[in-house]
Amino acid sequence: MKWSLMGLAALCVLPLSAAAQKSTADGIAEYRAMLQDGNPAELFEARGEGLWKQARGPKNVSLEKCDLGKGPGVVKGAFVELPRYFADTQRVQDLESRLLTCMETQQGFNAAEIAKTPFGAGEQKTLESLVAFISAESRDMTFNLPQSHSQEKLAYEVGKRLFYLRGGPYDFSCASCHGEDGKRVRLQDLPNLTKNPGAGNGFGAWPAYRVSSGELWSMQRRLNDCYRQQRFPFPGFASDATIALGVYMGVNGKGGVSTAPALKR
Amino acid sequence: MSDPMRIRAQVQGDKTTVRVLVSHEMESGQRRDGAGKIIPAWFIQSISAVYDGKTVMSAQWGPAVAKNPFVQFSFKGGKAGDKVSVSWVDNRGDKRTDEAVIS
Repeated sequence: MKWSLMGLAALCVLPLSAAAQKSTADGIAEYRAMLQDGNPAELFEARGEGLWKQARGPKNVSLEKCDLGKGPGVVKGAFVELPRYFADTQRVQDLESRLLTCMETQQGFNAAEIAKTPFGAGEQKTLESLVAFISAESRDMTFNLPQSHSQEKLAYEVGKRLFYLRGGPYDFSCASCHGEDGKRVRLQDLPNLTKNPGAGNGFGAWPAYRVSSGELWSMQRRLNDCYRQQRFPFPGFASDATIALGVYMGVNGKGGVSTAPALKR
Repeated sequence: MSDPMRIRAQVQGDKTTVRVLVSHEMESGQRRDGAGKIIPAWFIQSISAVYDGKTVMSAQWGPAVAKNPFVQFSFKGGKAGDKVSVSWVDNRGDKRTDEAVIS
């Protein structure tokens, strides 16, 4: 037994030393680089740009006066500073909830109804395309979420609590998988979302086009799936809880570079 | 009405490389919806590219091609500033043609 093991070990040494073994993460990175050239998120970006300029909704106006935090109509650079506090709604809002506000106040849509719509259907589809377009306008920019307002600081603390909150049938928290370096689920390396580069890479890659579902996922949809995997009920689209988590991850990712809309398996 | 394709064409030496991102559901006809009913097949059957009045690429596609397909091909010749046009026809008879300027 010992001999055969030794033999096996000797056999394995040669190919390993001849070529440095490629890690799974390298393999996934290679796959993404291959597909990056034709990232279908671009189709959503193009559609989103059209939707941004198109007069729609009961009031038949475009979203071009929507204030994403950098003044009415300013899209470039808005994504890397969200979620942030908005004086008009007196809430900390992320990109999706801010878009809901604009669609309601400017275009006359019913925001609560859109929030209840299943992902990928009806106006949720519109939102996903808008999210792709807006995030793409900030591609390669550095995350710099404001933390000057007391509500923003509060949201960070709430997000931190939620991140470490354990519960559900498996007694999971977000931190169970995303609170340490070097964790994975099967072959997928998990980013440590409590610090950089994990938070910057992890938070900064959503929205993303998911090849497995053929859809563009917003951060809200990504969080919905995180909750599903933890066997928790989802706190709700554009809820304060999901926005607070966004603040926590976004602030931790300060200095990271946005690659959104990225490409995911 | 289908969404436009994203086409990029680049000439290098005597070779023009064209990369096309097609917006299409490419439903295989094998999947079922929430109610257990089969979702009807809906896919691109033929795709072709024309440069200078000549077909430089043509392909027959089936239901096994993924959603929002990406296709890349190259052909000899091509001048910067000229146009390449790509068209597809799906099994419902829907058509779409988009053009790109070679850079």
